[in-house]
Amino acid sequence: MCRIGAIKSSNYVHPSQALKLMESQQKGHDNSGFAMVMHDLGGIFENYKHLPTLSMACTDEGLKLAEDIMHEAGFQRVMQWVPETDPQPGLDIHAMPNYVFETFDYPRYFRNGEQQEKEELLLDMRLKLRKALEENEQGFVYSFWPDVVTLKEIGDPRDIGTYFKLWTPDDKFTAKVITAQCRQNTNYDIVRYAAHPFFMQGYTALANGENTFYLKNVEAQRKLHRGYIGFESDSQCFLYTLHYVHRELRWPLRYYKHVVTPLPFDDIERREDKEQLLALRQSLAHLEINGPNTIIGVLPDFTMFTCCDAKKLRPVVIGRTDDTVVISSEVCGINDILPDRDWETDIYPHEREIVAIDNNLEVQRWRQ
Amino acid sequence: METMRVQSVTPNDMPWKIKYDASRCTLCGSCVAACSFRAIECKVERRRMVFSEGELPDPQQRFSAVPVIRQVKDIQHYCRGCGICEKVCPNDAISPERNQDTRHPIITRCLGGDSIKRGGRKNLESSVRTLDKLRIGRISQMTDPSLDAQRHSFDMLAPFGRILPAETLPFSVDNNDNLQVEDSMPPVRWIYPVVIGDMSIGALSWRMWEAVAMAVAYLNEECGMPVRMCSGEGGVPVRLLKSKYLKYMILQIASGHFGWNRIAKAMPYMVEDPAGILIKIGQGAKPGDGGLLQAGKVAEHIQAIRGVPKADLLSPPNHQGLYSIEESVQKMFLSFNAAFKFRVPVAIKVAASATSVSVFNNLVRDPYNIVGGFFLDGIDGGTGAAHEVSLDHTGHPIVSKLRDCYQAATAQGRQGQIPLWAAGGLGKTGDLAADAFKMMCLGANGVFTGKLILQMAGCVGNDMGRCNACNTGLCPVGITTQESALVHRLDVDRVAQNIVNYFLAMDTEFKKLMAPIGNSSLPVGRSDALISTDRAVADRLDIQYVC
Ligand code: SF4
Ligand code: SF4
Repeated sequence: MCRIGAIKSSNYVHPSQALKLMESQQKGHDNSGFAMVMHDLGGIFENYKHLPTLSMACTDEGLKLAEDIMHEAGFQRVMQWVPETDPQPGLDIHAMPNYVFETFDYPRYFRNGEQQEKEELLLDMRLKLRKALEENEQGFVYSFWPDVVTLKEIGDPRDIGTYFKLWTPDDKFTAKVITAQCRQNTNYDIVRYAAHPFFMQGYTALANGENTFYLKNVEAQRKLHRGYIGFESDSQCFLYTLHYVHRELRWPLRYYKHVVTPLPFDDIERREDKEQLLALRQSLAHLEINGPNTIIGVLPDFTMFTCCDAKKLRPVVIGRTDDTVVISSEVCGINDILPDRDWETDIYPHEREIVAIDNNLEVQRWRQ
Repeated sequence: METMRVQSVTPNDMPWKIKYDASRCTLCGSCVAACSFRAIECKVERRRMVFSEGELPDPQQRFSAVPVIRQVKDIQHYCRGCGICEKVCPNDAISPERNQDTRHPIITRCLGGDSIKRGGRKNLESSVRTLDKLRIGRISQMTDPSLDAQRHSFDMLAPFGRILPAETLPFSVDNNDNLQVEDSMPPVRWIYPVVIGDMSIGALSWRMWEAVAMAVAYLNEECGMPVRMCSGEGGVPVRLLKSKYLKYMILQIASGHFGWNRIAKAMPYMVEDPAGILIKIGQGAKPGDGGLLQAGKVAEHIQAIRGVPKADLLSPPNHQGLYSIEESVQKMFLSFNAAFKFRVPVAIKVAASATSVSVFNNLVRDPYNIVGGFFLDGIDGGTGAAHEVSLDHTGHPIVSKLRDCYQAATAQGRQGQIPLWAAGGLGKTGDLAADAFKMMCLGANGVFTGKLILQMAGCVGNDMGRCNACNTGLCPVGITTQESALVHRLDVDRVAQNIVNYFLAMDTEFKKLMAPIGNSSLPVGRSDALISTDRAVADRLDIQYVC
């Protein structure tokens, strides 16, 4: 089983907090990997918030290939950060030779372009890089987006933390939103792309559970958008549906819940907005999910949210203080990083709601 | 001694021979009275008896006239093997026996100079059904727990109506972040995934039709199951048209347009819209053939409902149009959509064929969104009447064709936009839930069934050539006849009860299948849940091969 966690704070948070959040939940995962996506970056990235950062793990050839492609497309590197590593002997990590976080300026002719155009370009670039590096596994391209970095590695999360020196807090590598997960896919092959959180055009999603409508979702999503590829994990479907509903259809986040776990027909019948709910249920029947799930998501505006499957077959809890909100599979993780919070205000979301946390850390509970 | 006439028809030319035990027969006459085909008759036989009365043997003979039951030697009145005589005989004195050496197919043609007609189902013995080579092999356990069929709730409804792609939904977002509908959308009804298939009020007896309609009303009103029934071609009683129960009826129009006059006239008086309209283009049991109601079945009430005289009623194989069938079908769709002011979904029923996918593609790509369902009917379906040669030798199995259509839709990202409904031999083994479930995994939204409903009512026909006399109007159990005496053999309440009970049982069985794969809504397109031990089947259907 997976364990997932997410931190959203009004201060910049170091990934050591995410490692700590996940550490006590390790009985629930199999220590096979660590992956995180950071949004709203601080430290060295703070001054480059408007420019896209490329996150990838690659070989030397892969790095050269990627840089050539970026150069050819007219992107200019403005900043590069290579995490210092501590390759002690005995660490359980399948490290790639290079971890690259590079921030680029847009090609000249795009600089004054529409936001939408830029966003499509960034996606195209990521897809292009991914494809180019796929051959011989020369590299893994996780994200290419402003104010976002991604790290995914195979191994023991503690050792991965040690390797990247992530256990020691500093103010260089921080973010206001961090989502993390400590397990490689056990249902499918262990590949880096199969580890959540998954990211696309500002959206991040991670899940604890299993999507028994995986095949239905995949078959439908493949045709919906050029960026819906990979499908190394059944949980990727949650991200693509989020992206489709919120970005492509431009429906408010609440409707994501109506798509993935639609209300039973009897309940829809009693609603004032039954026409809408029925129409979206039938039009997006293939994006419905089934099976036990808890999803955590982040939107491009850094809103963080969580929701569950329709039968609430997977746990999730939200703990908070004045400056931080944490979502986690198990409460023990929250106890570790928010020991002094008032646990009576913890929220255990139910199966028919989305709990969303906005940038003022206000918690909204939307009943489906 | 008479000259031997080898050309004369005798019981050993017939498909069934009557086995009669004169020593058990008490001559009550029940069998003769009950045989609707007049395949047996009372006769008097001259019997010779040898006896001796004296003290020493002194054989003498005596002749006497003995009444017996005999099989009629007439091709018009051949025994159908229905077994009604056996059922009514109090002494087990009579029963039909299958005749391996039958010459029936030849002599009937030779004597009649016409094609053989029959009802029921095909007579070709089939090998193991494809559906029986499939199992539900993806069981949820551990990380994705299976559900509890008793405790959990399941959403078991299927769409009937045209479904728009999400990006074309006429939605806007208001100031409170709510979606608002800006324009009308095609009507879609969510109904039980098993539709009672189109059997017309002419093909069925009025009591049978009434029993089905009663069962449907009961399932809806008392059991909360939105089961729909399709009228079949030939109209609906006006009383029903004007009643609130019309909402459970899918009205059918076929190439003969029988009964539509009345329906059109009743429109101003309708208090409810019908559940839908089904335009029948073809039928799986006899593709390429139009409907056929033989004069024998055109009783007075049928004449009234259809507005026709007592004669053979033939629907042409095609819908007639000025330019092409496509055009006429399009016109029909538009006019029916318009007739009910775009409130009632209109679907189409075609026979499965090697070309089904192209037909389906045409409909899926039609920009007017007028087709609200694709009912695909396979070879194993039943029929009221057809030419035997069509029944036995034309058609296409449903399983792979349904799968092809679903995959064609998927390849274009259009799955679900025209709901797929499948039929043709589903529930043949008596287990419709399993067949329907597997068809859904392969891509069907729902299934429809007709023949099985007759079997629930007591039909004695089978695939081995038993009975299948639905075309004659002499149905021995009162299901497909308009003869008053025969119709009264059918107990309307019992039939309705059987149908209701079957649906309740099936509903439980659906849940028993959904629970282990961890699904709370219908598994449409979940081919990953299926496995097959037959490599060819697995490859063809694109599911997992197992051994
Ligand atoms: S089996 Fe049926 S058709 Fe044949 S004699 Fe008996 S009742 Fe008549
Ligand atoms: S019993 Fe009636 S319905 Fe059944 S096959 Fe015979 S004639 Fe047809």
